[in-house]
Amino acid sequence: MTFNRRIFLGSAAVTAGLLAAPMVRAQGKPRVVVVGGGAGGATAARYIAKDSQGAIDVTLVEPTRTYYTCFFSNLYLGGFRDMQSLGHSYGTLAAEYGINVVHDWAVGVDRDAKTVTLAGGSSLPYDRLILSPGIDFVDGAVEGWDLSSQNAMPHAYKGGSQTELLNAQIIAMPQGGTYAMVAPPNPYRCPPGPYERISMVAHTLKEVNPTAKILIADPKEKFSKQGLFEEGWNDHYAGMIERVGPDFGGADVVVDPAAMTLSIDGDVNNVDVCNVIPAMKAGRIAEIAGITEGSWAPVNAVDMSSKMDENIHVLGDAAAQGDMPKSGFSANSQAKVCANAVRGALTGSTVFPARFANTCWSLIDTEDGVKVGATYEATEEKIAKVDGFVSQTGESDELRAATYQESVGWYDGIVADMFG
Amino acid sequence: MWRLFLIALLGAAGTSQAEVGGDAENGQTLFRQCSGCHEVGQGARDRIGPHLNNIFDRPAGAADGYRYSAGLQRAADGGLVWTYETLDDFIENPRRLVSNTRMSFHGFEAQQERDDLLAYLRQFSASPGNIPEAAPTAAAVDHAVAPEVLAIIGDPAYGEYLSGECTSCHQASGATDGIPSIINWPAGDFVVVMHAYKEGVRAHPVMQMMAGRLSNEEIAALAAYFESIE
Ligand SMILES: Cc1cc2nc3c(=O)[nH]c(=O)nc-3n(C[C@H](O)[C@H](O)[C@H](O)COP(=O)(O)OP(=O)(O)OC[C@H]3O[C@@H](n4cnc5c(N)ncnc54)[C@H](O)[C@@H]3O)c2cc1C
Repeated sequence: MTFNRRIFLGSAAVTAGLLAAPMVRAQGKPRVVVVGGGAGGATAARYIAKDSQGAIDVTLVEPTRTYYTCFFSNLYLGGFRDMQSLGHSYGTLAAEYGINVVHDWAVGVDRDAKTVTLAGGSSLPYDRLILSPGIDFVDGAVEGWDLSSQNAMPHAYKGGSQTELLNAQIIAMPQGGTYAMVAPPNPYRCPPGPYERISMVAHTLKEVNPTAKILIADPKEKFSKQGLFEEGWNDHYAGMIERVGPDFGGADVVVDPAAMTLSIDGDVNNVDVCNVIPAMKAGRIAEIAGITEGSWAPVNAVDMSSKMDENIHVLGDAAAQGDMPKSGFSANSQAKVCANAVRGALTGSTVFPARFANTCWSLIDTEDGVKVGATYEATEEKIAKVDGFVSQTGESDELRAATYQESVGWYDGIVADMFG
Repeated sequence: MWRLFLIALLGAAGTSQAEVGGDAENGQTLFRQCSGCHEVGQGARDRIGPHLNNIFDRPAGAADGYRYSAGLQRAADGGLVWTYETLDDFIENPRRLVSNTRMSFHGFEAQQERDDLLAYLRQFSASPGNIPEAAPTAAAVDHAVAPEVLAIIGDPAYGEYLSGECTSCHQASGATDGIPSIINWPAGDFVVVMHAYKEGVRAHPVMQMMAGRLSNEEIAALAAYFESIE
């Protein structure tokens, strides 16, 4: 049986019209401005444009022309992907979905006038504003490091050139040299990310520099998928990786980018690469909009609206939403709930109940993939976890290989869901 | 262009060991790996994949009423006909012969297995030697779902919203690469499979989790939506 799309859309619109009076506008269509064309923003813009079929004017503000995903950037460091395969343009969103893509920075938000100011000087009026700006780093989080040191000691925690820089430094390490990582405190984007990175760096070093060492200074007692990573490190990279946790001073760290040293609890280590991943906060524009509390922007779980301004929604890493990890999968999931709610508010279309999910795959070595995931629901207070699973230690090679293959499929899937 | 490519491939296949002489009984056992999607034998219908009666010498893409993937349609337009050689090639690695086929199956690597499977399938083709009275052997259902649950008519609009949970991984275009396509499945098959995950009969932690919290109505809604999309 095949449904006739036109009839069903027509009848849905009629029903929706009976349920809720569409917002009446004196002039023109309702306007949605989305700031940030990443996992949250691109998905939200695409779903609103796709599902409203021209009834809503969608503008997407994003400074870069090519979005390089952070997801799978560790696989690039491991030599499993090239950088080009991680880059995605906004061409389809503009051409096929009619989204007005503006390559510029948002630098101000006037919440009373409901406008966004761009670095180029123009200002964009909105009925609803969606912010998905990702993360920025907390000033002074790692003693001795600031943004001006990011070339000497890259964070590689935003996609693209930082990741390439880190890769070049790893390849250039002297034989038997040391790669160091300063791991971030919670909460931060992609909980397993630093440890998947360690795995991928180890994979590369094992091939090109087998006597090299990896040193991690970690302020956290425990970390995501710890049992799985430690099992994998023992199996594949025995003797290469040393992690210093907080009980041995992993939180007490000073770096010197000029001297290339990392001090842990006063102990000075000379290192060849120092990957500093500082504490994180919401992308600055959220702070500028005045909707943050502490480092993040609190939101209502039902529609991802800011707790401080009902006309602004915050997605992805920047949001303080409850139990979901900060991941691309989460941002994509939240964006679809938000898109449905925003469309309902602006056009009277049916608003379905919020539901969220996340799965994060990590690669430990060739064909050795693991995953963790959970489903979530909206409560009054927050996005709350419902159910979850994690890969087990001691799984068969076949299962691990299948998990890896699945992650490759997921990458293609989410990218298609974001960019069309 | 396609034709040229195909001929080149077939040339290669011709030199391989593809031979009539497989063990149909073992082929029947192997067919269990196919029967989640394909039926063959008396009363066989199109399910997730087309039925396989009279597959030998049938032009590709010719099962009446079955909606083929764009990739298979392209191959069919290019003149692909299912012979022993082309079938042998296809089941060795479906995507090598027909890129972008929705058939997400890794293939049978061993020549003997392919021979056995084809010997089995051959029994259901008129040319040569059809056995029309052969009992139906394939059951696309791997799990029993109560008839009243199967009878629920899903709301495709709700299904479209819910499908957002699927398209984070499964591509709406039907492309398959590590994650199978779920578009254009017959609604009944979709419902059966989702209930199998929900009840833990099918093993996959992500799918068990995702299906686990879907109500009967929600599963029906998703089935209706995915069946309907173009
Ligand atoms: C190494 C690593 C590995 C990861 N692996 C995975 C993984 O396997 N799976 C997974 O799900 N997630 C993974 N992640 C996490 C994932 O990348 C993020 O959680 C996700 O990108 C968050 O989406 P977002 O929309 O919040 O932010 P982003 O995707 O970062 O998008 C933010 C966008 O906003 C733009 N922007 C910022 N400020 C402004 C402004 N003022 N004006 C206009 N535009 C602005 C930026 O240019 C950027 O394009 C990984 C992250 C890292 C670092």
